[in-house]
Amino acid sequence: MTTPAARSAPNPQLETLYQDIILDHYRNPHHRGLREPFEAEVHHLNPTCGDEITLRVHVDDGIVADVSYDGQGCSISQASASVMTDLVIGKAVPEALELHDEFLTLMQSKGELEPDEEVLEDAIAFAGVSKYPARIKCALLAWMAWKDATAQAVHSEAADNDGGGS
Amino acid sequence: MSYDVSLVRKDFPILEREVRPGVPLVYLDSAATSQKPLRVLDAMRDYNERHNANVHRGIHTLAEEATALYEEARTKVASFVNAPDRREIVFTKNSSEALNLLAYVLPLGPGDEVVITEMEHHSNIVPWQLACARTGATLKWIGLTDDGRLDYADLDRVITDETKVVAFVHQSNLLGTINDVEAVTTRAHAVGAKVVLDGSQSVPHLPVDVAALGVDALAFTGHKMCGPTGIGVLWARLELLEELPPFLGGGEMIDIVTMEGSTWAPPPHKYEAGTPPIAQAVGLGAAVDYLNELGMPAIHEHEAALTSYLLDGLVAVPGLRVIGPRTTESRGGAVSFVIDGIHPHDVGQLLDESGVAVRVGHHCARPACLRYGIPATSRASLHLYSDTNDVDALIAGLDKVRSFFG
Repeated sequence: MTTPAARSAPNPQLETLYQDIILDHYRNPHHRGLREPFEAEVHHLNPTCGDEITLRVHVDDGIVADVSYDGQGCSISQASASVMTDLVIGKAVPEALELHDEFLTLMQSKGELEPDEEVLEDAIAFAGVSKYPARIKCALLAWMAWKDATAQAVHSEAADNDGGGS
Repeated sequence: MSYDVSLVRKDFPILEREVRPGVPLVYLDSAATSQKPLRVLDAMRDYNERHNANVHRGIHTLAEEATALYEEARTKVASFVNAPDRREIVFTKNSSEALNLLAYVLPLGPGDEVVITEMEHHSNIVPWQLACARTGATLKWIGLTDDGRLDYADLDRVITDETKVVAFVHQSNLLGTINDVEAVTTRAHAVGAKVVLDGSQSVPHLPVDVAALGVDALAFTGHKMCGPTGIGVLWARLELLEELPPFLGGGEMIDIVTMEGSTWAPPPHKYEAGTPPIAQAVGLGAAVDYLNELGMPAIHEHEAALTSYLLDGLVAVPGLRVIGPRTTESRGGAVSFVIDGIHPHDVGQLLDESGVAVRVGHHCARPACLRYGIPATSRASLHLYSDTNDVDALIAGLDKVRSFFG
C-alpha cells in the first residue's frame, strides 16, 4: 500500500488492474503518432465501448522496423498499445508474433498465470486485467490491430517487388 | 410528498446487497435495465408453480388459467398506455423485435423515404437500414442541436411527400432528451406518413397515452419498467395490424392452414407466432400494477426532482461535461457525461470500486456520440427507486476517480 495510487484506491483488487506501469504508459505513451514509411495501416475498434486505434506497421527485411499508432480509449487500451510497441519494434516478425501469443495467453489466464518478465517486460503489468473479463478486449485491441497490420505488411512485402497497391 | 422512496426501495431486495464486503450497491444503470420488485418475481413464481401451461391451446384447467393470466396481462398493458382496444397490444421479445416487426411489414418501395433521427438507439436505426436495403427505399434523418435536442427547424425539409414512415425515440437513452412527439407527428401526418415511436425509455418513467400522442405505433420493453426480460410490447392502431402482412409464421398466428396455403388469425395473435413468453407477460402485468399503484405522475415527479439534483451534482464536478440537456426541461433521468482526460471505461471501472453501477460506452447510440465528437460516455440513469443517496455516492465516487487519474 505504498504506491501513490493506494492512497485513493483502498481496494487492492483495483491496484492489480491499474498498475503504476499502466498509468505511466497511459500518461506518457511511447511511439505514439502516425509515421511513415509503412506497408500497412489498419483501423480497429472495440464496438462495445468505442475504443479505437489506427495503427501502421513498417516491416523491413523481416524485422518490425516501426509501429506507429493513434487512437482514443481507456487507460488499459492506450497503455497496452504503448507497451506493445516497446516490445515488438526491432524484433523479427516471427519473434514478435510469439510475443503476441504470449500476451494473448496471459489475457486468457483469468489471473492464474505468472507472467515471465524476461519475455513480456512491462506487459506483465496487464496480468491483473485478465481477471476483468470486460477489460480484456481493451488490453488486446492494439495487439489485434498489430497482428492484422503485420500480416498485411508481410503479405505486401512478399508480393512487393513491383510496389504496393493503394 | 406522498411518494416515499425509502418505502419503495424495500420492494427491491437487490438494492440491499453489497457488491463486495462492506461496499453497498448503488444502482444507477436503470436505463440499461430496471430492477424488479418482489411482487413481479412473486407473480412469475406463482404462475410457474401453480398455473403453468401453454396458452390458447388446451381445454384443461391449467391451460385456461394460463390463457386467462396471459390475456389479463395484455389488458393491463393496454390500459397502462391507454390503448383504445386491447387487441392492439402485441407481445414481442423486446422493443427491438417490435421495431423490426414494423420495419418488416410496413409497405415501402423505391422512391419512398423513411425518416429517423440522429439520436436513435441502434434498434431504431438498423431495422430501417435493413428495410431500405430490402425495398429500395431511402433512409433520412433529423439532426441534433448542440444542446442535445432534435433540430425541429429541419422537420419540413427532411419529412417530405415521399416520406412513408417517421420512426423516432420518445426519450433518448443517451441524452435523456424527451422529444416533442406532437411536432414530429403533426408534420409526418401532414404528408401521410406513419409514425412509429420508440417508448423504451419513456413508458417506464412518465405517463404515456397513445391516444393523446396521436402516433400510429409504439414499441416498449418490459425489463426497463420493472418487469422481466424476454417480453416487449408493440402497440399499433388496430386497422394497421389488420391490414399489414404477418411477420413471423407459425403456431398461434394462423386461422386455417392447408398444405397449399394459410390464412391469418386476427390481431394480436397474427403477430404472436409460437409459444409466447407467458410467465414474462404475467410478470409484466404485475409490473404494470405496481407502477399504477405508485402512480406514473408521482414517479415522474420523483424522478424529475432527482434528475435536477443529479444534474446539479454533476455540473459541479471539475472537468465534467454533460452530453445532452443540462436542465430538467423536457429531459428524463438518464444523464450522460464525459470527464476531461479520463476515458469512460476508467470512470466506470473506478466507480464500480465504490459500488456505483453506471453504464459506459456508446449506449447503442453511436451516431449520436459521433455527432458530439465523443467515442463514448459514462451514463448515470435513475428510476423510481433511486434516491439522493445514490446521487451522493456517484458524486463522491467521481471525486475518487478524479484523484486517481489526476
